[in-house]
Amino acid sequence: MTVARTWRTRRQRYSLVGERCDHCHNAIFPPRDVCPYCAEPAQTQMALSGRGTVYSYTTVYDAPAGFGEFAPYPVALVKLEEGPMVTAQLTDVSPEEVTIGMPVEMVTRKIQEQGEEGVIIYNYKFRPQLQRQARAA
Amino acid sequence: MRPVYIIGIGQTVVGEQWERSLRHIAHDAIIPAMRDAQIERADALYVGNMLSGELTGQEHLGALIADFVGLRGIEAMKVEAACGSGAAALRMGYIAVAGGIHDVVIVAGVEKMTDTVGSVTTAGLAMAADQEYEAAEGVSFVALNALLMRRYMYEYNVPHAAFGYFAVNAHHNAAGNPYAMFPEPITLDTYRKAAMIADPINLMDSSPICDGAAAVVLASEPMARAFHNGRRRVRIAASAVATDSLAIHDRRDPLWLEAAWLSSQKAYSQAGISPADVDFFELHDAFTIMAALSLEANGFAERGRGVRLAEEGEITIEGRIPIATMGGLKARGHPVGATGVYQVVEAVQQLQGLAGRNQVHDANIGMTQNIGGSGATIITHILVGE
Ligand SMILES: [Zn+2]
Repeated sequence: MTVARTWRTRRQRYSLVGERCDHCHNAIFPPRDVCPYCAEPAQTQMALSGRGTVYSYTTVYDAPAGFGEFAPYPVALVKLEEGPMVTAQLTDVSPEEVTIGMPVEMVTRKIQEQGEEGVIIYNYKFRPQLQRQARAA
Repeated sequence: MRPVYIIGIGQTVVGEQWERSLRHIAHDAIIPAMRDAQIERADALYVGNMLSGELTGQEHLGALIADFVGLRGIEAMKVEAACGSGAAALRMGYIAVAGGIHDVVIVAGVEKMTDTVGSVTTAGLAMAADQEYEAAEGVSFVALNALLMRRYMYEYNVPHAAFGYFAVNAHHNAAGNPYAMFPEPITLDTYRKAAMIADPINLMDSSPICDGAAAVVLASEPMARAFHNGRRRVRIAASAVATDSLAIHDRRDPLWLEAAWLSSQKAYSQAGISPADVDFFELHDAFTIMAALSLEANGFAERGRGVRLAEEGEITIEGRIPIATMGGLKARGHPVGATGVYQVVEAVQQLQGLAGRNQVHDANIGMTQNIGGSGATIITHILVGE
């Protein structure tokens, strides 16, 4: 990820800012300016809660260039409460503890380090929900 | 629209071709295809390729390869649709001939994947996915398929071992293909014991990284008559492309290949056939899960039953719907941008009775399907022996 691209997508990466379609009212993440459900313009910003459940998961051992030092790491498709699905790394959990349906929440973590001269890139990752019982009560 | 015929085929052995460069590999498929068609010139050359820029630092393949094979001066360009680039190039050739723009077109698919270290190739392949929201999370292309496979196993209660029948079938068929990368049969036991690469995907669920090129010569009916090589005539009865979101997370139902369904429906309608009429199906088994999803989205199995079809032996040469008849992506090999053209070369071999011990009995209608990314571009062709 280049510096410019990271900066450009900072609202998505640090606070899961997506969109809500003013026509069909679906939540959209990542933002894309045209609603994928009804093809109408959709540019009303909406911050997502960051809570969701694991739809599927796996572990990356052979990491793409730039991610090698963090491998192996678990990744998942997370179905967010508001509807959209997001691809992300899981954190604070060992791969064998992950299950489909597991409640998770978004946190901001380091995802890439580009050497001493390069930038450190932060991104969303998801961890098991901490206050799950408190909210249910 | 004019009918379009395939009048020549060529292919290289798939594998690690250390001694041959990208342009040499393309040459090794194009020259045999031209010789097979008995042509010395063509109106145009379309080259399917995905990763030449990323892995060899070379773009601009149309002019490069046209010049290298002795066709300097003709119309030539590269066509890219990730792992679907080969069939995308064929689609361009088809449009040119069917539309009356050209009479003789060469379509080649070429890929050189073994000049780079593994992590660079892995990052290159991830370019087929959404760079900003899939690859940026460090998710490899294998991992994306693993996410699909895990969910499939969960939703349909399918054990991992059941997918082994796809790998066994592919390797069995590759053993009869002199151009295949892995011509060694494997057993279900080999499959079960294979090394895990992104659970639940193991080495035997996955197609290999390799080099290869394949080429076909397309011609209008008058030219096909003029250059008839004595073998059975093969016509492209359908050519259709459909798209979906690049990212799996943007699909309404990740376990349904919408673009496969859309493109095959168009293709069936163009050819005037139904899935039951297809004698063999060269599908895009980059991973065993893709084979299962393809059988379902193209109307050969109900949802969740694609793996069952393999278990019941229906995908073998003698089965109801033979797939990967020359080894498929799994065992012939998957030089990504070349794969779509290999599939068509093999379909022509089947329709002309050139498939040797892999010959499908009474093969008259063959379908090929090439997939870009995890399902974002899906290209279907139906070939008919006349
Ligand atoms: Zn909408």
